[in-house]
This record gives sequence, C-alpha cells and structure tokens, in this order.
Amino acid sequence: MSFQEKLEKNIWGLLIMVGIVVSIGGIVEIVPLFYLDNTIEKLTKEEDSIRPYSALELEGRDVYIREGCYLCHSQMIRPFRDEKERYGHYSLAAESKYDHPFQWGSKRTGPDLARVGGKYSNAWQVQHLRAPRSLVPESVMPDYAFFEDHPIDVTLTEKKMRALAMVGVPYTDADFAGAAAAVEGKNEMDAVVAYLQVLGTMVKFEKGKDYRE
Amino acid sequence: MVGNSAENPNYNFGIVKAFAICAVVYLIVGALVGDLIAWQLSFPALNFNEYLSFGRLRPLHTNAVIFAFGGCTLMATAFYVVQRTCAIPLWSNGLAWFTFWGWNLIIVAAVISFPMGWTQGKEYAELEWPVDIAIAVVWLSYMFNFVMTIANRKSSHIYVANWFFLGMMVMITYLHVVNSLAIPVTMTKSYSLFSGVQDAMIQWWWGHNAVGFFLTAGFLGIMYYFIPKQANLPIFSYRLSVLHFWALMFGYVWLGAHHLQYTALPDWAGSLGAAVSIAMIIPSWGGAINGLMTLSGAWHKLRDDYVLRFLVVSLAFYAMSTFEGPVMSLKTVNALSHYTDWTIGHVHSGALGWVAMVSIGAIYHLVTRLWKTEIHSVPLVNSHFWIHTIGTVIYICAMWVSGIMQGLMWRATDDYGNLVYTFAETVVAMHPYYVLRSVGGLLVLLGAVIMLYNIVMTIRGAGQPKAAAQAARAARA
Repeated sequence: MSFQEKLEKNIWGLLIMVGIVVSIGGIVEIVPLFYLDNTIEKLTKEEDSIRPYSALELEGRDVYIREGCYLCHSQMIRPFRDEKERYGHYSLAAESKYDHPFQWGSKRTGPDLARVGGKYSNAWQVQHLRAPRSLVPESVMPDYAFFEDHPIDVTLTEKKMRALAMVGVPYTDADFAGAAAAVEGKNEMDAVVAYLQVLGTMVKFEKGKDYRE
Repeated sequence: MVGNSAENPNYNFGIVKAFAICAVVYLIVGALVGDLIAWQLSFPALNFNEYLSFGRLRPLHTNAVIFAFGGCTLMATAFYVVQRTCAIPLWSNGLAWFTFWGWNLIIVAAVISFPMGWTQGKEYAELEWPVDIAIAVVWLSYMFNFVMTIANRKSSHIYVANWFFLGMMVMITYLHVVNSLAIPVTMTKSYSLFSGVQDAMIQWWWGHNAVGFFLTAGFLGIMYYFIPKQANLPIFSYRLSVLHFWALMFGYVWLGAHHLQYTALPDWAGSLGAAVSIAMIIPSWGGAINGLMTLSGAWHKLRDDYVLRFLVVSLAFYAMSTFEGPVMSLKTVNALSHYTDWTIGHVHSGALGWVAMVSIGAIYHLVTRLWKTEIHSVPLVNSHFWIHTIGTVIYICAMWVSGIMQGLMWRATDDYGNLVYTFAETVVAMHPYYVLRSVGGLLVLLGAVIMLYNIVMTIRGAGQPKAAAQAARAARA
C-alpha cells in the first residue's frame, strides 16, 4: 500500500501530514525576518531619529486606522524614479518598526502618504480633511469634517501606550504620565493632522547612500 | 465513489439547507455593499456619513463576501459532501447547529463592528479580538465535526473533495490565530503583536492564503464533488488530483511575499514568493484540466444542464486567474500593477468568476436535491448565468484598463525627466472605468436577487404534489 493510500484511509495521518506540509512555506519566509540582522536597516546616529509616536500622533494614527485610510493610501514608497519624484526617498523597514499594525497598504486610490509629513501646512490638512474637493476638485475622498466634533478620550491614551509597550514599543514612564495631559482638549482633527505631519520625517537620509544592500 | 444511490435517511440535511439559504442571502448583502462602495469611488458624495463611508464599508464588503457568503457556502457543501461520501450522518447535529448559530452571530458582529470603525486594521482580518476568539472557536467546531464524521465513515477511502476541505480547515485555523495575535486595550481596540516588516509579511501570509485556502482549496473541494456528480461521470484523473492537492497545500503558503515586491521586505522573501507563484501555475492548471476533462465525451450536457454551465465557466475563470496571479507576482509586472486597480480586477476575476460561479452552481444543485424537486424556473437560472457572466466580464475589463492606465500614468516622465501627470489627473482618468465597474457590480447583484427569488419559489413549490406543481408551472407559462 502506497503512502498516499495509507493517508487516504487514515484521517489522523492525513490531518498530521497536511499540518506539516502547510507549515513549511510560512516558517521559511516568516521566521528569519525576526532574527536576520539585515531585515531592518542599520542607521547612523545622524540619520536615525526614529521614535515612538507622541500621545497625540498615536491617537491620530488610531483614527487613521479606524477610518480605513490604509485601504486607499499606501505608506510604502518603492525604489523607482517616478515614486522618488512624486513621494520622496524610498521607505525603510526601520521607519515602520513601531507600527502595530503596519500601514504599508496595498492600493493607491489616493497618493502614498509615507512622506506626507511637512509637505502641506496644518491649515491645508485640516481643510482637506474637512472637504477634500474644496482643495482638490478631482478627489474622490470622503469628507471627514466630523473629526472636529469628536474629542479625544483622554482616559484611553495611557492604556494604549502601555499596550504598545507590552509589544516592544519603548515608551517610558514619563510618556505614560504625560499622556492624558498631551491630548487634553484636543479633537480627532488635531490628532490626525499631528499624525500626518510626522509621517516620513524621522530619518535624515544621506544623499546617494544605498540603504538596501 | 461519488454516487451513493441509497440515501441514508439519517443524513442531517437541515443544516445544509440552512447554510445554503444563508449563503444566497449573504451573496446579496456582500454584492450590495460592494456595489455601493464602487459607486462611492465614482461619486464621492455617496459617502453619506461617518458610518457609511468607503473606509468603513470596504471591510464590510470583503468580509461579507469572503466569510459570510463564502463561509456559509463552504459549510453547507462540506457538511453535505462529507455525509454523502462517508455514507454516514454528521458526527454531531448539536455541534453543527452550534457552528451555524455561532457563524451567523459572528456575521452580525461584523455588520455592527465595521460601520462603527472597530477594526484591527489588517486587511480581511479586520474584526477585533473578541470576535476573533469567537471565530476560532466556531471554526474549530466546524472542523472537529467534519473530521469526526470522516473518522466514523463507512467508506474505506477518504474522497478527494474532503482532502481539500480538510486542508482549508487546517490552514485557516493556523493563519487566523497567528495573524490575529494582539494585545487588547478595550473590547473594541487592540494592537497587533507584530510591527512593520514582520507584521506585513504575516499579514500577507494570511491575506494570500485566505485566497489560497479559503477561496481556493475549499472551493476546489466543491469542484471535486459537484462536477463529477452533476455530470454523472467519474473525475478525469485520480493521479492529477493527488498532485493538485499536495502541490497546492505545499505551494500556496509561500505566495504571500509576492504582495510585497519592492517594499521594505527583504528581496529574498519577495523573490521566493514570486518563484513559487510561477511554479503554482502547474498544479492550478492541472486541477482546472482535471475538472474540465471530467466532461470529455459529455460536453453536450452543457447545452441543457444549467448547473454544469456555472461549474464549467467557473473553472475557466479559475484557470485564467491562476495564470494572471503568477504573472502579476513577477517583479517587472508587479512594479506596474501593484497599488493599481489591476489587483482589484484580478481579485474579482477569482471572486466573481471562480468562487461565486462554482458556489452558485453547487447551490442550485443542492437546492433541487435537498428539497427533492425541480428548479422553479430554468429560464431564470439561465438569465442569472448570463447576467452574472456579463457583469463579471465588464468588471474585470474595466479594472484591467484602469489599472494598467493608472500604472503607466504614474510612471510617465517627459524628455526632461519630469512627471507628466499629477496624481489628481490620474484620479480623473479613472472615473469612466469606476462607473463601468459599478455597472458590472450591479449586474452581479441583480443576478443574485434573481437567484434568491428562484430558490425561494422552488422551496415554496417543493411541498406541493408533483402534478399540482407542474400544473402551476404550465399555468404560468
């Protein structure tokens, strides 16, 4: 009796074999990413100012996730000439190392936002979120004027930071202590704008250097 | 093997009926939400309020079609096929109904969660942690019942359709649990255990295998039972099905990395993903050929067998998407296609062409068997077939054109190396195709409504004595 035939007559054998066969690909592709040194780029002191999101930026990021912004906006610039022209330097793995979950996205119904930070003024961002077509008539983005009516829940910010600390984001006791005060009196519009303005601004790139060896 | 002529009176067909009806209802719900968001991309004023904006409804659409429609179809068919091919009733009726009510409650939770914005922010795995735990429990109840039924079977071998169902159940458990690992903050908010590049790889390991196992392996289980059964012929090649099965189980798992070409994911992972993707054409086409060749010598059946027509066309779409996918995974093609509507078109050629059509065929087959009657109206099934097919083709073509155009416009530079188009200009250029896509989606939705009507009328007529039913039909005609 062939091995295949044995499996066809034994549900437990089949179950175990299937379990083994479907595990291999995932193990080979995923596990090394956790221990291979070159998965996340090494940056020099001058280049690297990657830090965890501030309390307000974190709240803004949570609104971004809640609204499903990642379904139309990527945050992952590829190393192509046109993307460099349009969006800036290609994204590094290091830049999203504190992103739980990652927000690379998979679709650009709207433009990439990986380096949108500092590109427009706060006032532009607020007006654009309120009514995108008032600034970009071609846009198909929904209006998010209601952000201004939603205050940030100050009781949650510290809890969120502590949860993120548990999964490895290096928040300090000072961050926890200052969390509520940092978002006091702010609304979701303030938070989202703060988040957008920090995107892609944490690495100072050296001209001409190849960051992906 | 396929034919159990003597019907076991203890089969639990009640559960199959319940899941089959739910599947049709959720097909309508999923297509309705899908078409609404398609119109929103054409006319943004249709984002009525915060609860009904594109970003919140899109997860509702994907989850409704994949897990509500697809899930109920898989549960109906797996519970039907396992009983017929093992020649015994389900191991536990109580557990089966637990699966039924549990799965439907999860769907209700999803319908509330997404408009509220409760999301983990990972595609096709958006539901928050309490619901994720419920999914794991209900899913395991489904798998346990299925496995125990096979363990107690009367037949000597386990039929090929059941291998595929089993593979799907094992892998989905594994994927769902790993990808959903998170630290809770509140009942409706949590943070993924993983971050950045590792989170991306794990998400697309899940994402592509939701396609490869849930939407492919499971539905191949349907194909391996319903095509031979409907054609009344044995499957073309046993050896090919063995190859198809093991290659699929081994290979699909590697493909996730091809969603991350040219990103910050290390190159080796993306290249590995693309290499295996290309290799997967062979087993995928082997499977499609196995299904199609089952009909060799009996192609005339397509002329008047409305169920077979759905099943065969679904295989043609399966073959097409499993060729298109590997092509899109190649770096040079991916550089153009990634982030564009081409991806959306590719997904829908698989979803509307393959998954929906094989399901629709299987459900029409099931309804007549379960209620022991003829379909209420064959012309309505034929209309459904054509409306659905045309809608799907319009959808795919619109997305091909817009996707490739988008990719080319983004990268176009003039003689001085400046970008030719602003992003906003590319958005305008997409508009006609977005409208066309919405029309295609509307046709699919219309087809689903016709299907529900036809099935409801069939079930209502099933109680009547045959003569009366025929008289009623004659009177209508």
